[in-house]
Amino acid sequence: MPDHANSPAGLQLVDGTLQCSGSWTVGHLAGLRSLLGRLELPAGAALSADGGGIVAMDSAGAWLLLDLRKRVETQGGTLELQTLGAPRQRLLEFVASVAERAAEPLPVRKPPSWLDRSADIGEDLTDFLAFIGEAVIALLHTLLRPWRIRWIELLDDMYEAGVKAMPIVGLLSFLMGVVIAYQGAVQLKLYGANIYIADLVGYSMLRELAPLLTAILVCGRTGSAYTAKIGTMKVREEIDALQTIGIPPVDLLVLPKLLSLLIVLPLLCIYADVLAVFGGMFMASTRLGIGYHAFIDRLGEAISYSTFMIGFGKAPVFAAIIAVVGCYQGFRVEGSAESVGRHTTVSVVQSIFLVIIVDAMFSILFSLIGV
Amino acid sequence: MIRMPDSAVADTAREVVIRLRGVRTVYGTRVIHDGVDLDVFRGEVLALVGGSGSGKSTLLREMIMLRPPDGGSIRLFDTELAGIGEPDADALRCRIGVLFQQGALFSALTVLENVGLPLREHTQLDDAMIDSLARMKIAQAGLPAAAAALYPSELSGGMIKRAALARAMVLEPEILFLDEPTSGLDPTSAGQFDQLLLMLRDLLGLTVLMVTHDLDSLWDVVDRVAVLGDGRIQGVDTMAALSNSTQPHVREYFEGPRARGTRERKC
Repeated sequence: MPDHANSPAGLQLVDGTLQCSGSWTVGHLAGLRSLLGRLELPAGAALSADGGGIVAMDSAGAWLLLDLRKRVETQGGTLELQTLGAPRQRLLEFVASVAERAAEPLPVRKPPSWLDRSADIGEDLTDFLAFIGEAVIALLHTLLRPWRIRWIELLDDMYEAGVKAMPIVGLLSFLMGVVIAYQGAVQLKLYGANIYIADLVGYSMLRELAPLLTAILVCGRTGSAYTAKIGTMKVREEIDALQTIGIPPVDLLVLPKLLSLLIVLPLLCIYADVLAVFGGMFMASTRLGIGYHAFIDRLGEAISYSTFMIGFGKAPVFAAIIAVVGCYQGFRVEGSAESVGRHTTVSVVQSIFLVIIVDAMFSILFSLIGV
Repeated sequence: MIRMPDSAVADTAREVVIRLRGVRTVYGTRVIHDGVDLDVFRGEVLALVGGSGSGKSTLLREMIMLRPPDGGSIRLFDTELAGIGEPDADALRCRIGVLFQQGALFSALTVLENVGLPLREHTQLDDAMIDSLARMKIAQAGLPAAAAALYPSELSGGMIKRAALARAMVLEPEILFLDEPTSGLDPTSAGQFDQLLLMLRDLLGLTVLMVTHDLDSLWDVVDRVAVLGDGRIQGVDTMAALSNSTQPHVREYFEGPRARGTRERKC
């Protein structure tokens, strides 16, 4: 029986007889193949193959021998296989019967046409809108009957998405404050307008950057987790199980996530505001010599309540985008690990894209109404 | 079908390809295996049976080097697995094929690519050659030619098992490990799968070790059955002998109404 460590396969043409020797196994197939390539076969001759020297043969070896016979026959000759022994003869017959089926041409997969793809995009869009509708209706239903909120899931999701995100959100907003203050300090120093550092940090962070930064971090941290979780549940038929038990998957999986992000993202946003201002203050005192007291005084004068609210008010919108896109992509997963990966990527890219688009639209809107 | 000679007669003459001695497995404080001894001979089909949670799959995972046992020795082809180096382990892996319970086909690849993957990794064959070899294996496993172009998510349960069998067989292994090969298949497909296995065993001289609950497979395909219970092997023998055993663990397994029903049909 096959022993992978034994002698390599050999093939020689002696007086019209192909002398086969060694092990005709998959491990020696590459060598055998090159031997065959170098072999010059007389066209139209009646040849015979002597298999007496073969010490081991598996189905790959048998297949190659059959291939050789076919090659001789296409050149108009014949190849008679001799002294193979009954078991190998049976193996050969089996492989021959199978090889015939394997030679059928494969159906070719056509890449989807331009039209199909645009139809897919249209379908995707309507599905997404339908999903938003479903989530909003479920949300309204639940808000009208607050006793039906699944508190355990909600608190669990809040802890996962909020409390556990605090270190990274805090660190990055602090650093962002430092960077903004540092860049500003260089310019402001030129004009001797050092104190306006508080305006710069306050405005840019509170109004724009802190909510945006927090939302993008939460996209990457939480949105992707939602997609992967729901997607894996879909692959393992857990979603189908929920449906048959009579629990709407949207109720159990989407609503707690949506609600928890709606609560947690604004809170994270305030936290990011505070840390960013600390970062700015720290930089102002080291680079511009503005003390913490002076900074805070100026911040109070420069930043109105509406500036804070503009930034803060965007957070729930971003939260809704992240939760809805994350869950929607999770539900679109089909069948395989591959699909989970693809939809997780799409989820993160889409939600960051939408968050930035919506942020830009807010900016235009606010400039139009003059806040 | 050709039956292997009775194991009791030929024990001394036949080569042992898997040898387990005193294998011990512990999960936390739970002892799964406590001294498993087992010999698997070349060319036989041996089934590993036992109740749920008796550690059949764990034992299988230990034999295919996915998990080291906590004690005892496992030898594959006379090579001790404990402390084996990576090159030696790789050489051994080329000589065994594994069919996982869910098939474990790579979902990103078509059936053809799945089956060709071991060849691409372990041989120097060119792509055209690999594709035709893989297609030959796919046909050998009893799949229609068109299935080669499909992705695993487009296959039925029976086709997944066959495609996974083609992948497990593509390097022409000497030992085939099967984890519940017929679970989830309809009786016809399961029967066909059993026949396919027997044919491959007879033609290629495979050694097959399978974990199974399928009583029909146990009667039709398997040469010997090893019953795992209470952390050790409670008995290894032919189905006919085991179903007459007085050993309590073995009786427990073969005493159910289903087991008795199958026995009456088969004897």
